Amino acid sequence: MADKKNSVRKRGRPPKSVINDKPSREILEQLYEQMILIRRFEEKAGQLYGMGHIGGFCHLYIGQEAVVVGMQSMADEGDSVVTSYRDHGHMLACGMESRGVMAELTGRKDGYSRGKGGSMHMFSREKNFYGGHGIVAAQVPIGAGLAFAHKYKGDGGVNMAYLGDGAANQGQVYETFNMAALWKLPVVFVIENNQYGMGTSVARAAAGQDLADRGKAYGILGLQVDGMDVLAVRAAAREALEHCRSGKGPFILEMKTYRYRGHSMSDPAKYRTRDEVDAMRKQHDPIEQLRDLLLREGADEAGLKQIDQKVKSVVSEAADFALASQEPDAEDLYTDILIA
Amino acid sequence: MAVDIKMPALSPTMTEGRLSRWLVKTGDEVKSGDVIAEIETDKATMEVEAVDEGVVGEITVAEGSEGVAVGAVIARLLEGGETDLPASAEQNLDRPAAEPAPTGAAVVVEAVAATRVVAEPDWDGPTKQQTVREALRDAMAEEMRKDERVFVMGEEVAEYQGAYKVTQGLLDEFSNKRVIDTPITEHGFAGLGVGAAFGELRPVIEFMTFNFSMQAIDQIINSAAKTLYMSGGQMGCPIVFRGPNGAASRVAAQHSQCYASWYAHCPGLKVVSPWSAADAKGLLKAAIRDPNPVIFLENEVMYGQSFDVPEHKDWVVPIGKAKVVRPGSDVTITAFSIMVGKALEAAEQLSAEDIDAEVIDLRTIRPLDTETIVESVKKTSRLISCEEGFPFAGIGSELAMQMMEQAFDYLDAPVMRVTGKDVPMPYAANLEKLALPQADDVVAAARQACYRTQGG
Repeated sequence: MADKKNSVRKRGRPPKSVINDKPSREILEQLYEQMILIRRFEEKAGQLYGMGHIGGFCHLYIGQEAVVVGMQSMADEGDSVVTSYRDHGHMLACGMESRGVMAELTGRKDGYSRGKGGSMHMFSREKNFYGGHGIVAAQVPIGAGLAFAHKYKGDGGVNMAYLGDGAANQGQVYETFNMAALWKLPVVFVIENNQYGMGTSVARAAAGQDLADRGKAYGILGLQVDGMDVLAVRAAAREALEHCRSGKGPFILEMKTYRYRGHSMSDPAKYRTRDEVDAMRKQHDPIEQLRDLLLREGADEAGLKQIDQKVKSVVSEAADFALASQEPDAEDLYTDILIA
Repeated sequence: MAVDIKMPALSPTMTEGRLSRWLVKTGDEVKSGDVIAEIETDKATMEVEAVDEGVVGEITVAEGSEGVAVGAVIARLLEGGETDLPASAEQNLDRPAAEPAPTGAAVVVEAVAATRVVAEPDWDGPTKQQTVREALRDAMAEEMRKDERVFVMGEEVAEYQGAYKVTQGLLDEFSNKRVIDTPITEHGFAGLGVGAAFGELRPVIEFMTFNFSMQAIDQIINSAAKTLYMSGGQMGCPIVFRGPNGAASRVAAQHSQCYASWYAHCPGLKVVSPWSAADAKGLLKAAIRDPNPVIFLENEVMYGQSFDVPEHKDWVVPIGKAKVVRPGSDVTITAFSIMVGKALEAAEQLSAEDIDAEVIDLRTIRPLDTETIVESVKKTSRLISCEEGFPFAGIGSELAMQMMEQAFDYLDAPVMRVTGKDVPMPYAANLEKLALPQADDVVAAARQACYRTQGG
């Protein structure tokens, strides 16, 4: 265990050993494709929402793509994931199909929850994605429970429990930190600090704004990471996952990130300036940053364009599928309440 | 002046105990605060301290005596210069106390009706006497032996052996991997249990009492109950939330509430609340095996009560089946948990008035076995619903509506409710008694339903 003074590395540059571990161009291109997929998917979802094809709450992940893509790129197959209601990106990064996610957004029978969960409640046991939870922070103890199961079964898996900066003020998060540390559960708490819990900035909601510090009282190591830089995320993910996998207990990663869109589709986002959003997009966009890196590494525009085109067709096919899929049968109203 | 030392009440529901050991003998001088004896209650072995100073003049209850009633004199203390020990003091040591508790002592358990209740109508094999507490413990132990995925988690379940001793012995047999003490963190460990169930384990989560489950109700309803539906059938949550529910004794409003109707309100949950030890065992085993979240409502007052439990290596009682515990033809009385005992007591009183009551133990609240109730009402044309919980939007309200929908033409009298009063539970003994439904209330309701005046 690191000594207490060093337990939180501010603005952490990852340790040297992992900084030098530069991914191959092939991997960089995969990361690019996944981030672009999430962005295009979310843009399409926003569009379909505007056209009335998606109802209710719809929380878009645009701007935060590097966090989940970087994290999941370091995960093992048996690792499990749980997150909040801003979950579309997580599902795609876990390998769930665009068409199934989109069909759930449109409330159709081919959706992952057969149209009964919607944007905030989707799951895939096959991909070890355990939701998609609509109650702020409820997924955090659930993630610790999945970690408990990994440890109990001895399957070597780690849980990644994603939560927002808003959730970081919920009491059950600290109940969970305590148990996770006490029982050395293999869980990475990934705090996606996008600066706003709905309309309330972190400065107005959190006493002590370094959320990576929030596990200090429990002896949980925390690292603050540039969540707009997918390589920084990967490096931090590797450290956290190795820590958990080696039986040392939980780890906190505070990902400094930003959402470009409102909290949900119905949020006019009056609590921040246009300039703030534009500055973030221009200077820190995770996809543009990776694109620049790829070009520096010798990728050519045409190759990247090919990826863009491929993603575009996947998303447009997903939208077509989601609109063509039928609504659930009326009988489905009464199915899946209890297992017989 | 000799001072009587009486058997103390060491828990809210204690009515008697075992005098395990004397730490003083006649002739010893004791000071206030000295430990003089050890007493085993229904929950733990406790030390008893002297309140007054003096010389132990007589020990009236020998160590090892079982069933010593709260309030019984266990020793006499001689004060200020008294020295004469009674000649009979030594002889008394052999005599276990059988002295009944004096009026006004903390006797809270209503006598269970004398009616002999069979464990299960279709079991005619051998039975053994067991307390509800032991039956619940055996149910967990048997399921844990059978299925490696089953684990028990909660406050004081392991090293303390259970706040109410329900998990006694489990830690020794199954180790701290499977019997896990939690911090006081209901919301957290309920959610953690849900996650473990999603992760294909079979958690049994104990709430020290269901009153504390209010801290965790979001995880129970929003996460455990709804996820199967929200996932289009992918994500079952095989979990049992169990612990004592309803009133104990003299613990007032925040520790004395029945949550049956709260949980029964929600689709996606099963809600079970047994009365007898046989059902407690069989239903808990069924709950642990059930692929759905099950709320298992026990009752602290019932823990120490003994019943015949089938000697069967795998006694399982199906969830969703009510049981006619006393057949009758004039009026149907439904009850669950502790109220079944009171309903049976009422039925005995009614039989003296020539009213033949049929008593149904609901056992499962959700899914409710309305079929058994309707069949009974077809015969009796009258229904009294008993519960300890509040009347408004209670189980009785639901039963009345079910009867309107399913048995209206068979009713000869309005469905009646016997419930706890519509007030937070008061502390004062007299008020608490008034707040809780009693056998007499059931008798009065049955008379009314049968259009009888008292004794007529």
